[in-house]
Amino acid sequence: MSTVKPNYTRPLDIKNGRVDMSHGSGGRAMAQLITELFAAAFDNEYLAQGNDGALLPSAAGRLVMATDSHVVSPLFFAGGDIGCLSVHGTINDVAVMGATPLYLSAGFILEEGFPLADLKRIVESMAQAAREAGVPVVTGDTKVVEQGKGDGVFITTTGVGVVREGVNLSGDLAKPGDKILLSGTIGDHGMAILSQREGLTFSAPIVSDTAALHGLIAAMLDSGVKLRVLRDPTRGGLATTLNEIAKQSGVGMMLQESAIAVNQPVEAACEFLGLDPLYVANEGKLIAICAPEDAARLLEVMRAHPLGKGASVIGEVLDDAHGFVQMTTKLGGRRVVDWLAGEQLPRIC
Amino acid sequence: MCLAIPARIEEMTTPGNAIVNLGGVRKEISLALVDDAVVGDYVIVHVGYALQKLDQEEAERTLQMFAEMGQLDELRSELAGDAA
Amino acid sequence: MKYVDEFRDGELAKNISANIAREADPKRNYRLMEFCGGHTHAISRYGIADLLPSNVRMIHGPGCPVCVLPIGRVDQAIRLAREHGVILCTYADTVRVPASDNLSLMRAKAKGADVRMIYSTQDALKIARENPQREVVFLAIGFETTTPPTAVAIKQAAAEGLKNFSILCDHVLTPAAMHAILAVEGGVAIDGFVGPAHVSTVIGSKPYEPFADDYGKPVVIAGFEPLDVMQAILMLVRQVNDGRAAVENEFTRAVTREGNLKAQELVAEVFELRDMFEWRGLGSVPNSALKLRPKYAAFDAELKFKVDYVEVPDNKACECAAILRGQKRPQECKIFGTVCTPENPVGSCMVSSEGACAAHYSYGRFRETV
Repeated sequence: MSTVKPNYTRPLDIKNGRVDMSHGSGGRAMAQLITELFAAAFDNEYLAQGNDGALLPSAAGRLVMATDSHVVSPLFFAGGDIGCLSVHGTINDVAVMGATPLYLSAGFILEEGFPLADLKRIVESMAQAAREAGVPVVTGDTKVVEQGKGDGVFITTTGVGVVREGVNLSGDLAKPGDKILLSGTIGDHGMAILSQREGLTFSAPIVSDTAALHGLIAAMLDSGVKLRVLRDPTRGGLATTLNEIAKQSGVGMMLQESAIAVNQPVEAACEFLGLDPLYVANEGKLIAICAPEDAARLLEVMRAHPLGKGASVIGEVLDDAHGFVQMTTKLGGRRVVDWLAGEQLPRIC
Repeated sequence: MCLAIPARIEEMTTPGNAIVNLGGVRKEISLALVDDAVVGDYVIVHVGYALQKLDQEEAERTLQMFAEMGQLDELRSELAGDAA
Repeated sequence: MKYVDEFRDGELAKNISANIAREADPKRNYRLMEFCGGHTHAISRYGIADLLPSNVRMIHGPGCPVCVLPIGRVDQAIRLAREHGVILCTYADTVRVPASDNLSLMRAKAKGADVRMIYSTQDALKIARENPQREVVFLAIGFETTTPPTAVAIKQAAAEGLKNFSILCDHVLTPAAMHAILAVEGGVAIDGFVGPAHVSTVIGSKPYEPFADDYGKPVVIAGFEPLDVMQAILMLVRQVNDGRAAVENEFTRAVTREGNLKAQELVAEVFELRDMFEWRGLGSVPNSALKLRPKYAAFDAELKFKVDYVEVPDNKACECAAILRGQKRPQECKIFGTVCTPENPVGSCMVSSEGACAAHYSYGRFRETV
């Protein structure tokens, strides 16, 4: 007589198994992948509904939706991985709109041959990030592409949130005289990635700053200061984001280089590779533009939060039809902080 | 093609290579173009090669020169002596 | 960062700035050319122009090897990648240089050419070792700073018997370029040169002595940091005031009169002079560039593959030629900032961030309007 349980199903071989085409076909193999890997990790009442779409409660207030695709390589880096990065990134995009992030969706494009052990690591990292942030992943999708057609895994996350009553944040609201604040050091995420790729090692490693900023933003909104713009300087760095805002608002800016903090290993890595930290990606920092009379109070509120303790006032908004973002250098001269031209190429000269 | 950084030799690796350190960042580079470089020396590094050793005494002297208040005659005779 | 931070100190900058202001004669203008692209970058990035009195002006010279690379040479590299299926290794700065047929190395890569950006010639050798069935070609550009690393790679390839490695040799020489600028009909209105930093660590200060002697122009070799550049400017102002024309060395911590003899010997062993070489903006200049010696012919991609150099004239509206000579400023070019921008560079001056036009566009164009 067989001693095997009647409803026994062989579990996924996480340790040695790899993604194959059947995992994306819509059949039993895919259902198993979803149940044992994704649903087990994300585990919430909405996902448990098990339908094509998640049925969510009515939301009171204006809705914000944001989406981000993540193609970072390497997938695992000091301070994080593509999983938590995809959760933080979309939460931040929703939160900088002045909205409380409520739900996330996650779409995965998996490359045939991708180790299940790595996938599990990524999914569990996402689940942990989502839990800590209090924003569940309520629905998702999985596709598999042939070997060679994908970089291991690509993740797209979409987030939905509700904007607080009375809050109105937009990139076109900066006014001459407004102050510009930055929540901490720049260049950490981009250099953590690049350094790994370029074989730089460190006495003190550069760690990605990837983090969910909605708690910090909530504290800033609670303080009642007159906030105009909130944005997180991701790809293209601080310089690109400020130029975007300057253009949207039709203003100029004047920054103080000495007020912009860069961690020493980041600065050194940039020297080594011929890069400018102003253009290097960040994943756990934000720029805030507020009315001048509120700057001191906003700074205090930001510094009181763990993710804003390195905050500083880095400059102010100017009346300038040309929309130049200028900077007073550490040496006292002036320069323009221009848009990033193409991909930031490491300089040899 | 001038970007070069001054870095401290931390460790010799395979023959002709060393790990250098600038501000806590370490990278392996080639010493094929400099003789007698030892751990503790500072070298100018360009595209993965040490080009020249950095003379630390001269570096100090240069910094002092920056701080001088331009005593014209004194400086000029000093410079004439230092030329090349 | 030791030997970096101290040379960027704001207080010391103020001091040197005050010295320059005090010693520059208000009754005359000082036109100084910084030859090296790295110095152009330092001046722009730190806003050094604001720390100089208005009668001391910096003119950007051609010391950016990417800027002086003729279109035809980039075409060669692109043809090798696209038609001969080689793995084309290059320093990153070169990939956006505009070439013929609306291509650049980056665009060729997008069309399927195997173009790889590398940090060091050692990386190119590694790629050759790891891909024995493919041909690997390294686009060897640069002044004397970058030539020794290529020489080391060639010797190593020879010692290892690497059969699939070769270079497109576009190494050029600094003193020849300086001659080409100065030997212009009627002379050129430049009062002195800030000499290159790292080129000089290799070649020493000796090669600049003829300029001081024959042309009567002072040369001060400057280190790479902004304070070095400012101190060199002060030293040049002093020479001009005194009517002297000597070679002086501000970068004593890394430059001697003789330079790096080991590096020089290595280069002499591997390379020899080309009779003529076309420079973008300077035309054909004799004895200004290098090619591999016959002993190393096996590593010469121009011999190994059929990729003749075809001269391509510059865009008619492009003023790179005059700008590289310091005769015109970027803003005097009709297409500057409109047709020709860092995103869509027409001439090489706009491609590399050291190019006079790119530097002015990225860091300085607000000065025209603000």
